[in-house]
Amino acid sequence: MFANFDFSVIGASLPYLFGQGMVFTLTLTALAATGGIVFGTLLAMMRLSSIPGLTHAAKLYVELMRSLPLVLVIFWFYFLVPYIGAWATGSATPIQVGAFSSALITFTLFEAAYFAEIMRAGIQSIPRGQTAAARALGMSYAQTMRLVVLPQALRNMLPLLLTQTIVLFQDTSLVYVLSLTDFLGAASKVAQRDGRLVEMYLFAALVYFAVCFTASLLVRRLQARTAIVR
Amino acid sequence: MTTDPMTSAPMTSAPVTSAPQPAAAGGSMIAIEAVSKWYGEFRVLSGCSTAVSRGEVVVVCGPSGSGKSTLLKCVNALETFQEGQITVDGTRVRDRATNLPRLRARVGMVFQHFELFPHLSVIDNLTLAPRKVLGRSKEAATKRGLDLLARVGLSAHAQKHPGQLSGGQQQRVAIARALAMDPVVMLFDEPTSALDPEMVGEVLDVMVELARDGMTMMVVTHEMGFARKVADRVVFMDRGEIVEDVAKDTFFDRPRSERAQQFLSKILAH
Ligand SMILES: Nc1ncnc2c1ncn2[C@@H]1O[C@H](COP(=O)(O)OP(=O)(O)OP(=O)(O)O)[C@@H](O)[C@H]1O
Ligand SMILES: [Mg+2]
Repeated sequence: MFANFDFSVIGASLPYLFGQGMVFTLTLTALAATGGIVFGTLLAMMRLSSIPGLTHAAKLYVELMRSLPLVLVIFWFYFLVPYIGAWATGSATPIQVGAFSSALITFTLFEAAYFAEIMRAGIQSIPRGQTAAARALGMSYAQTMRLVVLPQALRNMLPLLLTQTIVLFQDTSLVYVLSLTDFLGAASKVAQRDGRLVEMYLFAALVYFAVCFTASLLVRRLQARTAIVR
Repeated sequence: MTTDPMTSAPMTSAPVTSAPQPAAAGGSMIAIEAVSKWYGEFRVLSGCSTAVSRGEVVVVCGPSGSGKSTLLKCVNALETFQEGQITVDGTRVRDRATNLPRLRARVGMVFQHFELFPHLSVIDNLTLAPRKVLGRSKEAATKRGLDLLARVGLSAHAQKHPGQLSGGQQQRVAIARALAMDPVVMLFDEPTSALDPEMVGEVLDVMVELARDGMTMMVVTHEMGFARKVADRVVFMDRGEIVEDVAKDTFFDRPRSERAQQFLSKILAH
C-alpha cells in the first residue's frame, strides 16, 4: 500500500526538520520547564503558607489555569499582553512582544500550575521533623526551604516533574497558532510544499513517539536510582 | 562540674503539687516561669515553672501526653505559648523583639527521630548550619565537624549519607550536629526511645560524657539509669503540670506525689 509513497522527502528535509524545528521545540520545552518549575515552586510555597491571602491567590491561579484549554491561553496571552504591557508601563501604543517570548511566557505560566501541584505534594512529603530540625539549628524560613525542604522535595518529585515536562514537550506543538515553526510546524510545511502529507505526518508521529518513549524510560531508570535512602 | 546550690537546697518546704520553685535569678541558663499553653480549648501546659542552672542536667519525665515535648519546644520557640515567660541565657523567648533564629542557633536540640538531613552527607549535616547561620568558612566548619565526629566515635563515616548508618550512629551524628553550633544549652527529646535496645547505650554514653564536660542539658527521657547517673534534678510532669521538681535522689528515694510514685513503679517494673 506504500507503493506510491515517497519517503525520500524525509531524508532531504532532515536538516530543516531537526536543525530548526526540533531545536526550537527543545529550546521552548527546556526554558518553559525551568521557568514553570521555579514559578510553580513559588506557587506551591504560597499555597502552603499560613497567610490566607497568599494561599487563596495561589489556589485561584492554579485552578484557573488548570480549567482553561492551553490553546486559548496562548491566544489570549498573545493578543492581550501587548495591551497589558502598555497599560503597565503607561505607554500609549501596545508593547511589542515577539511570538516566541509570548509563547515562552504562556507556557511557563500555564505549566507552573501543574508543576505547582507536583511541588506541593513534594513539599508535603517532607516530614515536619525536618523543618523543626532546620529551625532548631537557627535557620530562617527561607533557609529551611532552600537548604532542607526543597532539595528533598525536588529529588522526590523528579520523576513526576520530568513526566510533566514530556507532556509540555508535546504541548509545544500548539505554537502553530502563533505561526511559530516548531518540529511539527516544520514537518507540516514540508508536507504541504511537497504534497507528501501522509509520509511527513507519519514520520513526525514516529519522532514524537521515539523521543517521549525514550524519555519515559530514562525517567523510570532515574526514579530507581535517586530514591533517597531513609 | 560544680554543684549548684539549688540542687542541694532542701526542697521539702515546697508544696508537692504546685510549681515548686521560682526561677533562679542569676545562675540560671533556662528560666521557665508560669508557662501555660493551649491548643484551642485543651490546656497542654498549666503554669509550668522551673529553672536549669549553668552546667546542670535536668531530666524531665512523665506519662505519655503529659506535655514534656511541648515544654521543651517552648524553650527554643519551636512552639509558642500564651502565658508566662521563658528566658534562655538572658534572652526572653516570648518577646516580639527577640530574634528567634538567633536564639535557636544557641540552643541545641536532639529529636526522637534524629531528623538528620537525608540528602546531605554526614559531614555536610554538621557544617550546613554553622556555615549558613553562623557564617563560618567551609574549612573552619569542616574542621570543627570532623572533631565532633571523632568525639562521638564516627570519624570513619563523614562521607556517608545518614541512611547508611544505624539508628544509634544517626543519633550520635545528630548530637554532633547540634554541638557544631556551639550551643550554650542542649535539649533532648527522648533521644533513645526510637532506638533498638542494643543501641541505646552508645547514645547515652555520648550524653553522659557531654554532661561530665559541663554542658547544660534538659533531657526528656524515660531512661532512669541515665537520670540516676548524671541528672542533678528530675522534673516530673503529668497532665501539663510540673508535679515534682526535686533533686535526683529525692525523686528516686522519696517521691512525694502519688502520681510520681505510680509512674516510678510502672517504669522501674519493666
Ligand atoms: N499540634 C497539636 N494540636 C493539638 N494537640 C496537640 C498538638 N501537639 C500535641 N498535642 C497534645 O498535647 C499533649 C502533650 O503532647 P506532648 O507531645 O508534649 O506530650 P509528651 O509528654 O511529649 O508525650 P510523649 O511521651 O508521648 O512524647 C498531648 O495530649 C497531645 O495530644
Ligand atoms: Mg514527646
